[in-house]
Amino acid sequence: MTIDAARGASAAVPDSSGHYGLYGGRFAPEALMAALDELETEFASAMRDPAFTAELNDLLAGYAGRPSLLTEARRFGEHAGGARILLKREDLNHTGSHKINNVLGQALLTRRMGKRRVIAETGAGQHGVATATAAALLGLECTVFMGEVDTERQALNVARMRMLGAEVVPVRTGSRTLKDACNEAFRDWVATVDHTHYCVGSTMGPHPFPMMVRDLQRVIGVEARAQVLELTGRLPDAVVACVGGGSNSMGAFHAFIPDETVALYGFEAAGDGVETGRHAATISGGSVGVIHGMRTYLLQDEDGQTIESHSISAGLDYPGVGPEHSWLHDSGRAAYRPITDAEAMAAFSLLCRTEGIIPAIESAHALAGAIKVGEELGPDATIVVCLSGRGDKDMHTAADYFGLMPEGGAE
Amino acid sequence: MNGRDGVRAAYDRARSEDRAALVGYLPAGFPTYDGAVEAAKAMVDGGCDVIEIGLPYTDPMMDGPTIQDAVHQALVGGIRVADVFRTVEAVAATGVPTLVMTYWNPVDHYGVDAFARDLASAGGAGLITPDLTPEEAGPWLEAADAHDLDRVFLVALSSTDERIATITEACRGFVYAASLMGVTGARAAVDTGAPRLVERTRTVLAKNGSTLPVGLGLGVGNGAQAAEVAGFADGVIVGSAFIRRLLDAPDPRAGLAGVRELTAELAAGVRGNA
Repeated sequence: MTIDAARGASAAVPDSSGHYGLYGGRFAPEALMAALDELETEFASAMRDPAFTAELNDLLAGYAGRPSLLTEARRFGEHAGGARILLKREDLNHTGSHKINNVLGQALLTRRMGKRRVIAETGAGQHGVATATAAALLGLECTVFMGEVDTERQALNVARMRMLGAEVVPVRTGSRTLKDACNEAFRDWVATVDHTHYCVGSTMGPHPFPMMVRDLQRVIGVEARAQVLELTGRLPDAVVACVGGGSNSMGAFHAFIPDETVALYGFEAAGDGVETGRHAATISGGSVGVIHGMRTYLLQDEDGQTIESHSISAGLDYPGVGPEHSWLHDSGRAAYRPITDAEAMAAFSLLCRTEGIIPAIESAHALAGAIKVGEELGPDATIVVCLSGRGDKDMHTAADYFGLMPEGGAE
Repeated sequence: MNGRDGVRAAYDRARSEDRAALVGYLPAGFPTYDGAVEAAKAMVDGGCDVIEIGLPYTDPMMDGPTIQDAVHQALVGGIRVADVFRTVEAVAATGVPTLVMTYWNPVDHYGVDAFARDLASAGGAGLITPDLTPEEAGPWLEAADAHDLDRVFLVALSSTDERIATITEACRGFVYAASLMGVTGARAAVDTGAPRLVERTRTVLAKNGSTLPVGLGLGVGNGAQAAEVAGFADGVIVGSAFIRRLLDAPDPRAGLAGVRELTAELAAGVRGNA
């Protein structure tokens, strides 16, 4: 199968001012407006430039390892209502998650814009590792902002980034998680924008970031759609993905949006349960407002102050969500549902033991969702699950959760 | 004088005295609710022509460590939006025009028109909106008209002349020129690009027949810098340096004395006496 990350990327949304219906837009300091305009123009021209897209596609194929496999999970499917479960194996990409798709595009764009440094925010560390990787490959300086809480629960990824030559800055403000890492990245960017590109890691932020990251991630769904047609001779009944900021899900969904028979399900991190208030299920449990440069659903209190999110998964522990998801939710094209920590960890364990695949805890939310959707749709259904990342980084959390550490050892 | 004419009148008075206006910023609720009101009144007594009351927000994306610390302290202390309006009311009662500086989400969530209504009824002069540009400001432009409030948008070193024209057209009260590319916080020196930004902004204003004043903020922290900025801008905006005095003081009384001292130094600065 040949891949072309750029072709067909244009769509009905966003409009020319970066809005997805009510959502998105550009709520950013004036100091960044020129850079955002430049980025929008450069990205559009790059995606029309055959030399740029050829280089990107070469990197995706020869470096990241695309196309990623579509693996049938038969034993897992027995626990999902007998549905046919097809795993889109983003975990097999170089660096271990879908994040590399976006980062390679933005790193090439950074070079094209004549900038020498990239910065990134990271939660689980997957985007930070991917950015550090692309920076090493293209000879760019790299600084990654990571909440202090996340540097502790994802210590291995901190070491990986540093091995790759990146500077990792632990962020000690606010909740010391992903949202605070985003704040710190914006603060750096406003002071360094003449030579630095902010490599945003998800379909979030001020326009054009949500669109650009979607267009760089939509290769997931483009491949999956062709693979499932080849394997089964028809479109799937559902596509399922986890949603934090929403880049793997947006990438998985986008090519299927025109296929009206394909149901789209985004599974948000419900932490201890949406009803407990300790969760990160932005669409299920939030309301509309403005955060990190975009209008979208977010977790906020009655004064419009951001409420800290909670999830066992660092990569989903974010109180906002990409604006296109808010739009897909309101339009009814995609359905968003919560998955608790406990449900995610049960699915995590199940995939390990039925398929010999250790998923990222983020992706385990999609797997838990697939079990529910499979039970609803029954054995005749075909469900594509975006397995967005691998779980090596999560072994410490999982070992703690399941009590796998030998007594007196490891800690 | 309250309401929309207040800020412009304060700038005009400074201009008639052949000096720059002094604009002081402090977040509501910092160091405490009463402490902020007292400190703002001390800033008025010492010669601030306009006061900006910051609305403490959980995600101050454009603020440096000093203001981050202050708003964090205010939020931990339990400050609410209603307290911000009460702070404005208390400060505006001194007769000095009082603006609110706020990130957009708290206003958006309150309801833009309701926020404008309650700000106006507290005697507030208007809003400074660091993460809202005219493109996304439709409802606020209407609400400011309906409630007779000033709307202060920012221009930056990176703004094109075309953008400066759009922004200044939407401004009322004054134009906030951000003196450097970066977050809030006092700096050792005023950015060399700052005079050029003020000049470009004035040229655009003049072309459109406007005499709107241009205030310069970000990074200004002492009398000498105030005097330097007063040499080319209509207003000198100081925030973090006031907060620093309060943060570093051993007790509230010393903090207030520090604020008075800094205000006096800055007031001399805007009169060219550094």
